[in-house]
Amino acid sequence: MNGFLQKAYFGLIGLFLSLPIIVVAGVSVNEKQDLAFPPKGFSLGWYGEIFANVEWRNALFASITLAALSAAVALLIALPLAWFLWRRHAPWANIFQLLGIAPFTLPPVITALGLLTFWAATGFYGQPATAVISHAIFFVTLPLVTLSLGFSSIDRSLVEAAATMGADDRTIFRTVVLPLILPYLISGYAFAFVLSLNEYIVAYMTIGFTMETLPIKIFNALRYGYTPTMASVTILFVAIAATIFGLVARFGDLPKLLGAMSSKD
Amino acid sequence: MRREAPQKLTDYGPLVFPAGMLITFFVVPFATMIAVSFFKRNPSGFYTPDFVFENYARFLSLFFGKVLGFSLFLAVTVAICCIVLAVPFTYLLSRAKRRTQVLWLVALLSILSLSEVIIGFAWSTLFSRTAGITNLLVMLGILDQPVALNPSFGAVLTAMTYQALPYTVLVLYPALVRLDPTLTEAARTLGASPIKSFFTVVVPALRNTIVATLIMVFIFALGSYLLPQILGRPQHWTLSVLITDQAIYQSNMPFAAAMAVFLVLVTLGLVALTVIAGRKGEAA
Repeated sequence: MNGFLQKAYFGLIGLFLSLPIIVVAGVSVNEKQDLAFPPKGFSLGWYGEIFANVEWRNALFASITLAALSAAVALLIALPLAWFLWRRHAPWANIFQLLGIAPFTLPPVITALGLLTFWAATGFYGQPATAVISHAIFFVTLPLVTLSLGFSSIDRSLVEAAATMGADDRTIFRTVVLPLILPYLISGYAFAFVLSLNEYIVAYMTIGFTMETLPIKIFNALRYGYTPTMASVTILFVAIAATIFGLVARFGDLPKLLGAMSSKD
Repeated sequence: MRREAPQKLTDYGPLVFPAGMLITFFVVPFATMIAVSFFKRNPSGFYTPDFVFENYARFLSLFFGKVLGFSLFLAVTVAICCIVLAVPFTYLLSRAKRRTQVLWLVALLSILSLSEVIIGFAWSTLFSRTAGITNLLVMLGILDQPVALNPSFGAVLTAMTYQALPYTVLVLYPALVRLDPTLTEAARTLGASPIKSFFTVVVPALRNTIVATLIMVFIFALGSYLLPQILGRPQHWTLSVLITDQAIYQSNMPFAAAMAVFLVLVTLGLVALTVIAGRKGEAA
């Protein structure tokens, strides 16, 4: 297709994707408690409100803590599993790979409901730790996929050389493998972190009645009273996601991470 | 280094923690949910252990049939809209400069990771009377006064397409990057216009990929639970919304669990179809 048509099509898709964000950004700078667009007046006060208002601040901290911890637990599950599957020939162990990918592939409400029945039956329902574990299981797919990709790109002869020189598995893992898969480790963590930050249904079904994460807080505000803070929080979240993925792209090979094996140019 | 089969018991060491976590917190909850779907509802509390089929029998009602039919219809429509928009886009993107590709990928990932709550809020603002796009049309003189565009089917469809489009592009992207560029070059050399070569060469070469992507987007759309609630009327509610509603607000866990099990079966059937479509793709 010729250049003009291509630019026009990219432009249209870009407009479709950015339109809601532009409107929300406009709403977030309203001077008064007003969801008008174009905004009436200009004020960054609603961004300050995220930190000044105790409810929004608590929700923000809850979300960030949950995302940071659950992404770490997801990594702790994915790393040994991906290492074992790469290091050993054990076809039956692939079942765990499948189990790691299933929660993310099924409609989220299923995982959420399964975890809700489980936490209710075991008597832990409503405790903050249940959300961390639930999110870790829900998002373990992401580090698992990036790490499998990372391991498959390691030249096995490097490891063989280390083994010939007398290094045991532990030493090989620490000195050879870990430095090579570090970028994949970091991007796996980044993906899980950002998605956990934005996740609603699993968080709602596990701790929804005892705590508020930001998505839960936004949803409650949507039902019980609009405020421009919802808009400023939305823009903050878009900015966080764009920054994190921008960093992943800056320090890693994003096209490769997303499955395009050849790095061109 | 060759991959060796585990020899000693300690070779299984790395597997202990991941396997333990996945079994305890995914397999066991899943099994619990299946068990609960056969329990009897206890109106005073949660449920009482039993083995009844009455939760599944409720599927035979007209109401449930309508919800299921609408969920499937909505997911298919979203999947088709996404494919129609995404295939040409991803094709062009995969041929663009690397820098352009990376920029778009960052943008797509950022939107993909956005919470459904946020997407719902953004579109409800966009479709509202006070801050919506109709204000723009009034300014341009097309409309006399701003109107609210939601709740409506169109609003649900637009927002769900918005949510699933980045996913569609990212699923298509690897296949399109690997598509042999000499295919279209040959078509061009033989005198086909770019648009003609796209439809006669690229689309047929990707037929199986497109079918597999369609099914994956369909499953993705089937999982949407907030957008129909925020932007639609009760008749636009999907199975996912109904499951949440039964579990949380009606406290009918056994019925919610039965519907979830049903949704799993539908999804697994579709995944099997995807795998078959993928196999055919490799054979071709």
